[in-house]
Amino acid sequence: MSMSRRQRKRAFRAVQYGVLALVVVGMVFGADWGEIRRAFFDLDVAQAQFPGIITTALVNTVVYTLLGFGFGLALGLILALMRLSSVPPYRWLATCYIEFFRGVPALLVFIALGFGVPIAFQVVINQYVTVMLALGLVGAAYMAETIRAGIQAVPKGQVEAARSLGMSQGRAMRSIVIPQAFRIVLPPLTNELILLTKDSSLVYLLGLSLGQYELAKFGRDALNENRSLTPILVAGLCYLIITLPLGHLVRRLEARTAKAR
Amino acid sequence: MTAHNGEAAVRKVKAAGQDEPAGDEAAIRVEGLHKSFGKLEVLKGVDFTVRRGEVVCVIGPSGSGKSTLLRCVNLLEEPTAGSVSLSGTELTDPDVDIDRVRRRIGIVFQSFNLFPHLSVLANLTIAQRRVLGRSKDEAERIARANLRRVGVAEKESVYPAQLSGGQQQRVAIARALSMDPELMLFDEPTSALDPELVGDVLAVMRRLADEGMTMMVVTHEMSFAREVADRVVFMDGGVIVEEGPPNRVIGDPQHQRTRTFLRRVLDPAAAEVAEDGAPLA
Repeated sequence: MSMSRRQRKRAFRAVQYGVLALVVVGMVFGADWGEIRRAFFDLDVAQAQFPGIITTALVNTVVYTLLGFGFGLALGLILALMRLSSVPPYRWLATCYIEFFRGVPALLVFIALGFGVPIAFQVVINQYVTVMLALGLVGAAYMAETIRAGIQAVPKGQVEAARSLGMSQGRAMRSIVIPQAFRIVLPPLTNELILLTKDSSLVYLLGLSLGQYELAKFGRDALNENRSLTPILVAGLCYLIITLPLGHLVRRLEARTAKAR
Repeated sequence: MTAHNGEAAVRKVKAAGQDEPAGDEAAIRVEGLHKSFGKLEVLKGVDFTVRRGEVVCVIGPSGSGKSTLLRCVNLLEEPTAGSVSLSGTELTDPDVDIDRVRRRIGIVFQSFNLFPHLSVLANLTIAQRRVLGRSKDEAERIARANLRRVGVAEKESVYPAQLSGGQQQRVAIARALSMDPELMLFDEPTSALDPELVGDVLAVMRRLADEGMTMMVVTHEMSFAREVADRVVFMDGGVIVEEGPPNRVIGDPQHQRTRTFLRRVLDPAAAEVAEDGAPLA
C-alpha cells in the first residue's frame, strides 16, 4: 500500500488531532469536575486570601527577590571581573565559587545560612540579611557567567579606542565596556530575576513570622486552614503577576538588541 | 615583554637620499622594532621616524606589517624588541606611564570604534573630562569646534549607529582631535567605507595636513599619498623596502617589489596582463 507524500502528511495530521480529541473527551467525561472545582476554585476561600496575599505575601516576595537580586548582581559583577583577571588566583577563586554555587541546590544554601551559620558562629542574623545572602550567593554564580559573556562580547576595538584616548584599564572598563556589556546581558539578567522570584519561595525554611510570609508560604498556610487547594492556585497566579510582565520585557529587550545589531 | 637591543639593532639598508632628522625634531622615532605573534614574525627590524609637522604615508601589501608598525607606535601592540620614542620620551621604557603618553597621540581606526552607547557629543567629551579633567562646558565647546572642523556639527546629539560610515569616521577624527594630540595616526581610515564616502574623510585629513598636523597614515589611497604625503614608506614582509618623497616612491620606484605592488594597486586589470612582463613605463 503506497501513499503519496501529500496523503501521508494528511494521515499523520489526522492521527495527531485524533489523539488530542481522545484526551479532551477523556478528561471531560472521566474527571470529577465537582471535586476539582471544590478543591481549586472555591471562590469563598479565594476571596478570603485578599488583601493579605497581595499586601503581605506578594510584597514580601518582591522585597526578598530584589534584595537577593541586588546583592547577587553586585557580587556577580565582581566574580565576572575576577574570572577575566590577569591574576590567576582570582580566576581560580571565581571559577571555584561559580562551580560550587551552581552545583548545589539553593535549598542547601538556605539551610546552611539559616541554621548552620547561626549555630556554628553563635550569631543572630537579621532575617532579611539571611534572605539577601542566600538568594544573592546562588544568583551571583549564574549572573557572573552571564556578565562575563557580556563583557567578552564587547568588541576589542572599544577597549583599544578608549585606551588610545588615554583612559586607564579601569576607566575603560567602567566608562566604555561595562555599560555596553550590561545592554547585551539585560535580557538574560531579567531571566535570572524571574528564576530568583521563584527561588524566593525557599525563604519558608527560615521560619517566618506572619508579617514576613511570602507567596508560597502564605498559600501553604491557607491550604492547611481551609483544606482547599484554592490558595495555592491564587498564590501561583500572583507569581504570574510578577513573572509574565518580566518575560514580556525579556522578549522586548531581545527584539531591541536584535534590531540594534 | 619589552627588550632593548639598541646596540644589536641591525640597520636595514634604506633607499638613498634619506636624511636622518636631528633627535628632538623627531615626533616618532622607532628603532630596531621587532614584533612577533607567537611564531609569526610580523616586523623584522624596522627603523622609522616621523618629524614634527611631517605627513608620512605607509603603503604596502596586506600582511606587510604596516598596521602593526602603526599600532606599535602607541603601544596597542607591545614590541617584541626595539624602542619607540615620542618627542624624546621612550614609550617602551617600563617606567613610562603609557596612559599619559597615549593622550598625546590621536588614532583613527579602520573600523571607527566609536562608542555606540554614547551620543556623538559624549563620544568626544568623555575622554576630555575623564582623562584631561576638563569641565563639561569646556569639553563641549572643544567638541563642537572639532565637529564643525570635520563637517558634522549638526549630528552632535545622535548616536553613532545613525550615522553613515563616512560621518562616523569624521566623528572619530574629531574625537581624537579633541584631545589636542601632538600627532595623529591613521590606520587605513577609508578601507571600511563605501567608495562614495571616501572623499569626505580624505578631505578632512588633507585639511589637517595643511594645518601642519604631524600625521602617520597607513593607507591604500595612492592618490592621497601622492598628493598629501611629504614622504612615502613602502613596507613588505615586515621590513621597510624603500622610502622617500612620493613622486619618487610612487612615481619612480627603485625596487622590483615596490613596482609589482604599485602595478597591482594602481591598475589591477593591466597587472594581470603585464605580470612578469616589461617593467612599468
